[in-house]
Amino acid sequence: MITGYYKSATVAELSEFSPPLRLFLQVYPWRRIDPVPWTPLSKPLAESRLALVSSAGFVLPGQEPFDASRRGGDPSFREIPGDAGVANLVDTHRSESFDHRGMRQDPNLAFPLDRMRELLGAGRIGSLNRRHLSLMGSITAPGRLVRDTAPEAARRLVEDGVDVALLIPV
Amino acid sequence: MCNQAVGLVAAELERRGIATVAIQLLREVARRVRPPRALWVPFRHGYPLDTPCSQERQTAVLEAALRLLEDTRHPPPVLAEFPARG
Repeated sequence: MITGYYKSATVAELSEFSPPLRLFLQVYPWRRIDPVPWTPLSKPLAESRLALVSSAGFVLPGQEPFDASRRGGDPSFREIPGDAGVANLVDTHRSESFDHRGMRQDPNLAFPLDRMRELLGAGRIGSLNRRHLSLMGSITAPGRLVRDTAPEAARRLVEDGVDVALLIPV
Repeated sequence: MCNQAVGLVAAELERRGIATVAIQLLREVARRVRPPRALWVPFRHGYPLDTPCSQERQTAVLEAALRLLEDTRHPPPVLAEFPARG
């Protein structure tokens, strides 16, 4: 596992990271999505069902924390029920490369369930899905994420009739 | 790495017929990974929706993401930028 420190910044940049992590990220073979798949909105947002997918590593009490020791990163995900209380979300993200204080103070910062409920109440979206997905994004070896996790995540959300997904990294 | 992870999941969801918008914190990573529909935000790592406990600031980012879903002007991959606070 590569760790690094964070320093105060207003914009996310590689320069935020420690020199070893920065070097790693500069030579890292990022996965290029090619071809880029594309699904346009099939209906107005006010009639669409939305699910959240956050990589902030949140779990609920009683759920298994993400495995910080797993080489290449833990590619699993947790289901967060649609009626979960935001204050109950527990940060188990292993990365020491960013400041966790904000999302621990207010998990809406990276898992905005309260904000989406407000947008639902305002009629901006049609419905919120009965479940949302939580990942821990510190995955340096994304083979299993691509092969197993993403298809299973898609299968569940398709099964639920989700029209739109909002994805949030940290 | 978080930026790449959500981009890769977004791509699979799009393949399966779910429209996505992925927030991204690192422009360079978004350009390389190419999530189908991305909103780059000018905030530091750990703060994808700007400010803790600020309904107004968080909703502004979410509203921009939703508008991107509704915007059909650009071919994929779409990488839009959320404006920095002036």
